[in-house]
Formats: sequence, C-alpha cells, structure tokens
Amino acid sequence: MIEFIQQLINGLSLGAIYALIALGYTMVYGVLRFINFAHGDVFMIGAFAGMYIAPQVLKLSNGNPSWTVMIIVLLAAMIICAFLGIVIEKLAYRPLRNRPRLTVLITAIGVSLFLENFGQYAFGVDPQSFPDLIGDHAITLPAWFGPLTDLTIMVSQVLVGVVTVVLLIALRFIVTKTKLGTAMRALSVNPLATSLMGVNNDVVISFTFGLGSALAGAAGILISIQQPSIDPLMGLQPGIKAFVAAVLGGIGNIPGAAVGGILLGVIETLVVGYSDRLHIPSGYRDAVAFFLLILILLFKPTGLFGRAQREKV
Amino acid sequence: MLERNKIILLASLVVIFAASRFSSRIDPYYYQIILFAGINVILATSLNLVNGYTGQFSLGHAGFMSVGAYTAGMFTTYASGAWLGALKPLGAFASNSLFFAIALCLGGLAAGLTGLVVGIPSLRLKGDYLAIVTLGFGEIIKVVIENVDTLGGSRGLSVPLGYTNLFWVYAMAAVTIYVIVSLVNSTYGRGFLTVRDDEIAAEAMGINTTKYKVLAFTVAAFFAGIAGGLYAHLTQFINPEGFNFLKSVDIVTMVILGGMGSTGGVVFAAIVLTILPEWLRWLSERPFLPHWLAGLLENRMIPYSLLLILLMLLRPQGLFGGIHFKRKHA
Amino acid sequence: MSGEPEPLLDLRDVTVRFGGLKAVSEFNFRIQHNELVGLIGPNGAGKTTIFNLITGVYRPTSGAILFEGRPVAGKKPYLITKRGIARTFQNIRLFASMSVFDNVRAAFNMQLRHGIHHALWRGRGLAAEEARIQQEAHELLKIFRLDKHAEAACTSLSYGDQRRLEIVRALATRPKLILLDEPAAGMNPTEKTELMELIRFVQEKFSIAVLLVEHDMRVVMGICQRIAVVDYGIKIAEGCASEIQCDPAVIRAYLGVAA
Repeated sequence: MIEFIQQLINGLSLGAIYALIALGYTMVYGVLRFINFAHGDVFMIGAFAGMYIAPQVLKLSNGNPSWTVMIIVLLAAMIICAFLGIVIEKLAYRPLRNRPRLTVLITAIGVSLFLENFGQYAFGVDPQSFPDLIGDHAITLPAWFGPLTDLTIMVSQVLVGVVTVVLLIALRFIVTKTKLGTAMRALSVNPLATSLMGVNNDVVISFTFGLGSALAGAAGILISIQQPSIDPLMGLQPGIKAFVAAVLGGIGNIPGAAVGGILLGVIETLVVGYSDRLHIPSGYRDAVAFFLLILILLFKPTGLFGRAQREKV
Repeated sequence: MLERNKIILLASLVVIFAASRFSSRIDPYYYQIILFAGINVILATSLNLVNGYTGQFSLGHAGFMSVGAYTAGMFTTYASGAWLGALKPLGAFASNSLFFAIALCLGGLAAGLTGLVVGIPSLRLKGDYLAIVTLGFGEIIKVVIENVDTLGGSRGLSVPLGYTNLFWVYAMAAVTIYVIVSLVNSTYGRGFLTVRDDEIAAEAMGINTTKYKVLAFTVAAFFAGIAGGLYAHLTQFINPEGFNFLKSVDIVTMVILGGMGSTGGVVFAAIVLTILPEWLRWLSERPFLPHWLAGLLENRMIPYSLLLILLMLLRPQGLFGGIHFKRKHA
Repeated sequence: MSGEPEPLLDLRDVTVRFGGLKAVSEFNFRIQHNELVGLIGPNGAGKTTIFNLITGVYRPTSGAILFEGRPVAGKKPYLITKRGIARTFQNIRLFASMSVFDNVRAAFNMQLRHGIHHALWRGRGLAAEEARIQQEAHELLKIFRLDKHAEAACTSLSYGDQRRLEIVRALATRPKLILLDEPAAGMNPTEKTELMELIRFVQEKFSIAVLLVEHDMRVVMGICQRIAVVDYGIKIAEGCASEIQCDPAVIRAYLGVAA
C-alpha cells in the first residue's frame, strides 16, 4: 500500500510536468487546429535557458540555493520561452496560415528538428548538469503521518506540485477573466466571428503561443530540478507524451490537458513501477504512451472532454 | 499502348543488368551511395503512393522498412543451411539469387501484412491525427524490436550474407516504379487520386475510399519491406535506431521535395537527398570554411531541417508537384 | 396491391437529430421512376440534410429510406451510389487535380470488372476495358458539349461548365435517381434557362428521376412536376407548382406572418 502511494506521488510529480507541456499543445490546437510539433523542444530550451541563467542568479544570492532563486530562474525561463514561441509562430507558422494543415505540420517537424540539432551544435551533444537551485532533499515527515512516514517525498516534488497548481490557477484566471484569454477561447470556436468582433486574431494567436511556451519553459525548469541531467534531445519523449496527454483529455480542451497530463504521468509511473507484476518489461515504458494514444484515437478520438466536429457537406 | 509500361520495364532491367557488370570498377564509397540512393528511391516512391497520390499522411514508413529488414535478415541468417542445401542443384548463382529473392519477398510480405494491420484501424483518421498514429505505430514497432532478444534487441542484428548489389537494388527500384505508375494510371488507380482530392465526392461516385486507403498503405508497406531487406543485406548490420522517426521524416522529405504525386519528381528527390548529406559532409571538411559554419554543416540535420522549413514556406508543392493542393474546407 | 406503383425512392418518417437539434422530423416523401421533383424551403430548412440522409452521409435517427424497395438508410455512401443514386454538391466538389476527362472516368470506377492485379499485369483484358471506358466517357462529355475540354484541368472551366461537369460525372455512375443540390447557384438568367433545359434533357435522355433542391423559384416552378416544401425540418406542403404557390403555409414560411 505504501508502495502504491509512493508510486502515486511520483506519478503526480511526473504528471504535473506533462500537464504543463500538454497545455501548450492544447491551446495552440484550439486556436489554430494544428499540432505544434516543436513544442517539446521549447521545453528543452527552457531547461537550457535556466542552466545558463542560474549561475548569474546564484551569484546574487551568494551561492545559496533557495526558493527565491528558483522562482527568478523559473520566471526568466518562462519569459525566454514565451518569446521563442512567439518568434517561431511569426516566422514559420503565420505565413502558412491559409495553407493546408499538413504543410504547417511538416514545417513544425522542421522547426523541431532544427531546435534539437542546433541545440546539439550549440550546447553539445552530451548531457549537462543543471545547477542546484533549491538544495533538494527528502522531507522528514512528522510522526503523526504514522505508517506514511516511510514515504520518500522530495522537496522538489512538493515544489513541482505547488508551482504547477499556482500556474494552473493563473492560467484559469487568464483564460476566463481577461480579455485576451476570452478572445483565445472565442478564436478556438469561431475565428471569423472573433475577428469581426474587433479582435486582432494575430495578436491573440501570438499570445496563445507565448502562454503555452511559457508553461513549457516552466516545465523545463521543474523537471531539471528533479532530474538535473539535461541534453538537447530531452524534449522528444516528454513532448510526445504530453501530446498524448492533451489528446487523452480532449485536444483543444484546457482542463482536459491538465487532467490528461496528470493521468498519463500516474499511469506511466504505475506501469513501470509494477512492471514485473504485470509481466511487462520496463523497456516498454516509452511504448505505454504510444499505446494509449493509439487506443484513444481509435476508440474515442475526442478524448475525455473533447467535442466531435462535423465536416459540412 | 498499355504494353508500353511493360516494355519500358523490361528494357530498364536489361540496362540495369548491363550496368551492374561494371560494379567492380566503381569506387566503393560511391558504390555505397549509389546503392543507398536506389533504396531510397524504393522507399520514397512507395510512400508517394500513400502521401502523394492518396493524400494520406503517413509518418511511420521506417517501421515497415524495419519489419522487412529484420524478416529478410533473420531468414537469410538462420534458414540459409536448409534452403541453400535444397537449392544446391541449381548452381551457386541461381540458388543464391533465388534464396535472396525469397528473403526479400518474405520481408515485403511481412511488411505488407504489418501495413494492413496498422492501416485498417488507423485510416479512419484524417490529417494530423493519422500522422500521429502512424508515428506512434512506427515507435511501437521499434520498441518491440528493442525488447526482443532473438532479434538482437537494441544491440542490433548482424546479417552476414551481403547479397545486395547494384542489380538487385535498381531492378527492385524499377519494379517499384513500374507498379506504382501502372497502378495510378489505370482507371482503377485514379481512385487513389479521388481520395486525395475529395473523399466525400469520391464516395458519392461509388468509390470505396477506405479500400483505396488501406490498399495504398499495404502496397507501400510491402515495398518498404523490400527496401528494408535490401538495406539489411547491404549494411550487414541493422539496429532499431536506424529505423526511427527521423528515418520516416527523411523519406517524407523526399516525397515532399519531389512533389507529392509526381513519381519522377520523387525519384529525383530521393537521389538528390541521398547525395546531399554526403556533399554537405565533404563541404564541411573544406579548409576554407570558417569553423562555426563547418560545425553547422557537419550535423546534416541542421541544413536539412532548414531546407524543410524553407520548402514549406516557399514551395510546398515541391520541385515537380504541379498538383493542386487539397482545398482547406472552411 | 394498391393502384399506386412502387416508388423508386421512399422516405418514411425519417428523422435525424444532431445532439439536441431535430434537423429533420418525420419526413415522408416518395419519388417515382423518371419523375422530376423539387425540394424547396427557406435557408436552413434541412434540404441538404435530407440529401445527405438519402446518400448515406448521415444516418437517420429513426425512420426508413427505401430505394427500389430495399432499405438504404445508414449504408455507406459508395454502396448507395452503386445501388443507383447519384448526386451533385452545393459547393462544387470536382476532383481538382484531375482533368475534365479523368473526373468523368473516376465515376466509372465502380463498374470496373478488373481489379488491382489487372492494372498491374496490363493484359489485353485491361486494354479492352480501358478503351470502352474511354469511349463512353468521351461520348458523355460530347453530349454535354464538354468534350473539347477533355484534357484541360477541370479547374480551368467556367463556373457554369464546372457545374455541368459535376452533373456529367454523376451521370457516369449510371444512376436511376440523381440529386441536384442547388445547381443554379451563382448562375445568370441565361445560364439558368439553359440549366432548366439541361435538366429536362437529362431526365428524358437517361430516363432517370431527378430530385432538385433549388432556391430559384423560376427554375423550380418551371420544370418540376411535383414539389415538396420543408421548413425547420418538417414537410409543410406538397403538390404541383400552382398548388404550392397558393399554399398559405408556404407563404408564411417564406414571408412570415402578417403583423
């Protein structure tokens, strides 16, 4: 039982990362009906941005890691990634706005490959270590936790949870209470009508990319805190898994993406954790997400919360 | 008039046979490139049937290639004793050739069957979703191979019998081109194009669009399997990483560059994109190049990905695709 | 047996719901062989939905659709076409990358007796069938005066010619019933008169029934032997042109109620 809860906690931690990345996929799909293949690599850039900025910030705090240091690095990475997302959209996707969606999909693959390989050129192929921002250690649980004191809960896991919740609340606020957020929702339903209401669609789309990319950047920092080894190809697996999570929740549906991400993180961790009992070699870990994806697309392509769309004949 | 295709095919086979007599005179480095080009021609032409002519976006072609590669490789490695023994009376040349032909066919059939199994459920989906599902299947095939020890797992598989040569590769390429072109240019084959242009109108004209999609997928997978078999017996060592998503993207790039729906264009693009990385590597070694530029060219994916982006921005119909792209329905 | 002959197409209490919306309600309608029938109604009344139900694009939530006495409701569209129902589309759906000739040729696909192996073997059987199709397709194009454009890209045709080509293509499937979805849309008065003659010609020469959805009243009243009027998915009137024109329910649907 303890083991199950432990796996659950680990799964939630992983799921939070997937959720943050998945939100970017789903928001962009919502407004443009297009899968931004390069999104996972923005996540990677976030991690590397953090790696280069962190030493400067640490210098300010005299080399002492702290939550403040982490927050500053996090915000910096988010801003850089937001900027990157906006630039990519403007240069590579906007000129293709009226072309068949497959053209843009291929372009996105190109951008993704470029980021990965240029990253290898610029940062080197080998993994590098992410500086310690918070002084991670396991929390000693108070005695009244009873049998649960055997659980290993890292500070970083708590941090990931807290930051993710904060970001999700902030996102919900932006999407429901601000003008830009409402415009984003309107765009995903009917772009033409939205522009007729006086909304500059291009600005809203840029905003959407920026927002999604910022969340991916945050995810990049958060995962680097948990697993301090980063490399230019680190966006590949989480990227495709987060995409699966977005599809699972119903692509285009924002709460769905968050739920999907957490669900996927938990399922994947449980499958790996219990792999011997399930008689599945743990080498199949990465296939879990693909397998789920295929199941969803074949049986319920609209995901948990999505709505089907009819083509007008 | 329809006989023309057959005559061209036979003539090509004769020419290829003649050319292959001179194989030993070619520098081994260039020889390899020529063979790889031929294999890529098979891959690109077959994928063009799915992506170009039928308008379905498949991103998992390398998966089918790997099925063919491993099937043919395992067959020649483990069944050589029994089969070559049985075929001995035919003489060394005939028995080896027949043995290899059987291996290739088995690879093709295995790949084709995989294509059928993957295609039937997947082809209900459209556009981006189909692309992602085919990508997913490609990855699953890779992961399965990595976890099966008899296939060598992630360490790879040795294929000692290096049967592949110029004749085999280009003869198969000629056959592939013949099949695809003949198919598409018949009334039956025009059905593929209708699926690409307008599925709803196609169905209204009595065309079973699902059948055509699955057929295109299966035929393409078959030839990818043949290409895989040829590849395995050329490099004489295969591992799952060599058939990953990047390989699928490579093949898709050839189809796009050539112009989806133009077999000639795609053949040309396959050859160009086989030579390009070698040329880039040569270029990156030139002494007059500044160091940073050399580094950028060394990793061929950097100029490659930029090429892909520029291609989409500036000329999405590829070099030879005069076709009208599918209208995006509002 | 009743005196009335068995209808070619029989819609019985056909209803279709999209979520909470009842797009078509208990629609009853019959078309006889070789009849020219019109289906009219205000925008959004459900006319194209009815077309889509007949041709299998949508499946009715309840009710039955019988063609030549056999049920077709919910069958796949290509199977329904094989039974003998063809259609054109509101927004022209030609095969944009193909020539005029190939568009027609594509419609012969369902009649092919040769499959993939013949396409590859390219024996004499295939050559004979391809020649036959060529000839029939050309003849069809000639009847409609499109044969000189045969090798041109279909998108290079004028708008009126494209609409004609769509009809030719549908006729190539040798239907017993053809559904025309707003064929006069975007045409000027002269073209519309030509279209009216064309439709009557098609009905006579090919001995087929025609179901026409159209907004232009001159066209509808001019050629239709019988007309059904729908509003909000319900049939509100049926009869010949003069009956429809005086029907108060029809007038109310189009013009609204007097204040």
